Amino acid sequence: MSTEVKRPVLEVRNLSVSLPKGGDRVHAVEKVNFTVNPGEIVCLVGESGSGKSVIAFTVMGLLAKALKPTSGEILLEGENILTAGEERLRELRCTRMSMIFQEPMTALNPVMTCGDQIDEVLSTHTQLDAAARKAKIIAILGRVKLPEPERIYGSFPHQLSGGQRQRIMIAMALVLDPVLLIADEPTTALDVTTQAEILKLIAELQEGQGTGVLFITHDFGVVAEIAHRVAVLRWGQLVEMGPTEQILSRPVQGYTKMLISSVPSITPVHRGVRRDGITILRTEKLGKIYTGNAFFQKARVVKAAVDVDLDIRRGETLGIVGESGSGKSTVARCIARLIDPTEGKIYIGDTEIATMSARKLRPHRRRVQIVFQDPYRSMNPRITVGEFIIEGPMNFGLGRQEAMARARKLMETVRLDPNSLDRYPHQFSGGQRQRICIARALAMEPELLIADEAVSALDVSVQKQVLELLDEIRVRLNLAVLFITHDLRVAAQICDYVAVMSKGHVVEYGSAEQVFGSPKADYTKALFAAAPGRHWEFGKFAA
Amino acid sequence: MSSITEEVVDSASIAAASTKRKSLWLVAIRNPNVIFGGVILLTMLVIAILAPFLGTVDPTRIDPASRNKKPGTEITYRLDDGTTVKRVAIMGTDSLGRDVYSRVLYGARVSLAVGVAVSIISVAIGMVIGLVSGYVRWADGIIMRIMDGLMAIPGILLAIALVSIWRAGLITVVFAIVVPDVPRVVRLVRSIVLTVREEPYVEGAISVGTPTWILMFRHILPNTVAPLIVQGTFLAAAAILTEAALSFLGIGIPPEIPSWGNIMAEGRTLFRVFPHNILYPGIFLALTVLAINIMGDGLRDTLDPKMSKKV
Repeated sequence: MSTEVKRPVLEVRNLSVSLPKGGDRVHAVEKVNFTVNPGEIVCLVGESGSGKSVIAFTVMGLLAKALKPTSGEILLEGENILTAGEERLRELRCTRMSMIFQEPMTALNPVMTCGDQIDEVLSTHTQLDAAARKAKIIAILGRVKLPEPERIYGSFPHQLSGGQRQRIMIAMALVLDPVLLIADEPTTALDVTTQAEILKLIAELQEGQGTGVLFITHDFGVVAEIAHRVAVLRWGQLVEMGPTEQILSRPVQGYTKMLISSVPSITPVHRGVRRDGITILRTEKLGKIYTGNAFFQKARVVKAAVDVDLDIRRGETLGIVGESGSGKSTVARCIARLIDPTEGKIYIGDTEIATMSARKLRPHRRRVQIVFQDPYRSMNPRITVGEFIIEGPMNFGLGRQEAMARARKLMETVRLDPNSLDRYPHQFSGGQRQRICIARALAMEPELLIADEAVSALDVSVQKQVLELLDEIRVRLNLAVLFITHDLRVAAQICDYVAVMSKGHVVEYGSAEQVFGSPKADYTKALFAAAPGRHWEFGKFAA
Repeated sequence: MSSITEEVVDSASIAAASTKRKSLWLVAIRNPNVIFGGVILLTMLVIAILAPFLGTVDPTRIDPASRNKKPGTEITYRLDDGTTVKRVAIMGTDSLGRDVYSRVLYGARVSLAVGVAVSIISVAIGMVIGLVSGYVRWADGIIMRIMDGLMAIPGILLAIALVSIWRAGLITVVFAIVVPDVPRVVRLVRSIVLTVREEPYVEGAISVGTPTWILMFRHILPNTVAPLIVQGTFLAAAAILTEAALSFLGIGIPPEIPSWGNIMAEGRTLFRVFPHNILYPGIFLALTVLAINIMGDGLRDTLDPKMSKKV
């Protein structure tokens, strides 16, 4: 690839984009240089706020009004886009450069059929007649491997799955054979198996057409999977750039090294033999069935969880992994009794709580605590962190002074300054908030801690810190942990035991080493096969 | 894996990494709409309170000698002790010789009282019912059907019915306006409660064993305050208009108490000859309602940005 001398499709030279006044820094993007050659996939990698999406939007000329490019140039096949007028940009979009977005549902118009939406692109940019346009659309729908292109042509977005919608987006982007495709986290909202298919599709299509792809992602697994070259961004600056193999195995910059070694390995950690701990949690044939009651229609029945048998001993971590809609969160919420299970039994110690009334349940509440996914919504914005932490203990009769003393101690446990107890949640970052949520859960002195996708919303370096903290707390307090995640890498690192869920059923259940090492169920095998970058051992750098 | 050096995050870095959350109220009182509406409303309030000291005479005093005088006419008053005073009737007199200026100023009391009373009472009742309806799922269906029923009652018809049972008066009027207004507040509060109760921080509070009533008042209720204030202003404006309409129809405030509505009702018969009887209370009424609505718009834009986008 690199030996061919071709004019790059995209050249970004010395690009700076300024942020509005009052931001946390002056530039969203600062003096960034890179190129994308024909037939090449360049990945922009960085944590949230690194400016990777700003670059994509600047190239497309879709930048928000508040952001202004202040210097540099962006050359699309030699033509400077920054100085091009709105009219020229409109001509270029879709014909020379296209973009696909993260959220395929919101990127498509829900009241237009998929065929009509692609047709809009063609009728704007070409002189083709209706029949020729339709033939072209059917052909591209076939090329993105959608089944029954004729039927899809007349379908509305809500009739398709997430992966199919993303295929429609790709078809729309590629229908006019642009030289540059910008993909802004196109697989982040998708399940891992769908993600693998979409990645494969993008790679195939660009190879066939020689399209240059600027691929934006935060996921090093995806990078290892498809990128030819990688650019690492931090705070709007380009840290390091080079061929994928070189960046992943011989990074020069400390930041790159730190970032890559934060990626959890998919090989499970050897945890030793099972200790004879006390069983903290046991579920028997746990089930949750949702019935929509409608007066005039047949009631819709959704089996969110069916016959789930789990057990966790003291000091152990059980992971539940699965794709969205597999029922893993339903199980967690049933165990925390945030929703009422419809079948089966839940034992906390020796107490059966599945059918317990709210009044009787209250003393047992403190024994199971839960940490949620979204650190921004799990704290009441109107009360201070201190009040947030002591709320639980005070509900159970602890005095204010003692509760505050406990909160100060816990802030140290989660490595935050105890003097910041009088601050409000908005003054903390996502990772810090997640630590506060852990502190609050620990304040109840629980026997079981449930982490419901607790690290999924965090950047990889922060995620590593929170995972280490969770593991450390588990060991120190001899806690039982139920860890819900969709991320196989995270599960491999933190879990002693793993339950794989699919469509409400536990399809495989065993020790992490056994499940990851020699999966038995077909679904588990498919799940592992789809994990991006599974052949790459991150963080093992060549000397 | 190389481990990341981790240190205790000191409080200085937390403060630096954030911006102070501005109080919404400070933003709200700088909004030009809020200032404009607020100033007019405040003026009305001052007029209502200080009515006896603004050169008025007894608004109910009938003076057959000076009936139907045009604005600006000089009138001789005979006081109780037999002495006479001369004063200019700025807004003229009505068909019973009562001073329209005094009546309009005293009338502001009734209108503002009705506006404030209706908005406070309906917001208070509606908030409690809405909270229960949104949070206690089994009660929701029953409560909301009752509210749908209440909403179907037109305020004016209810007032007519009530006046025939009780007697006309401020309380009857306020009651008749509050009844159909309550369901509107209930619906608003219920919709907010339904979204907030699904927030992880509410579920988190449940899992640490927070009793239901603390959950409602500490974690859920504060979210309803801003939209309720906005809703309250619009309710007040509508209530003032309804009161005027009821009084105009003669089923609201009894004629011996001046209110903008019944001043206009009395001026109706001689409107072509003496338009001032309707003109002045009409201007005051329009100005007050306009001021409340403008202020409400401003409050909505600052306190409840989501709602202002929808409208």
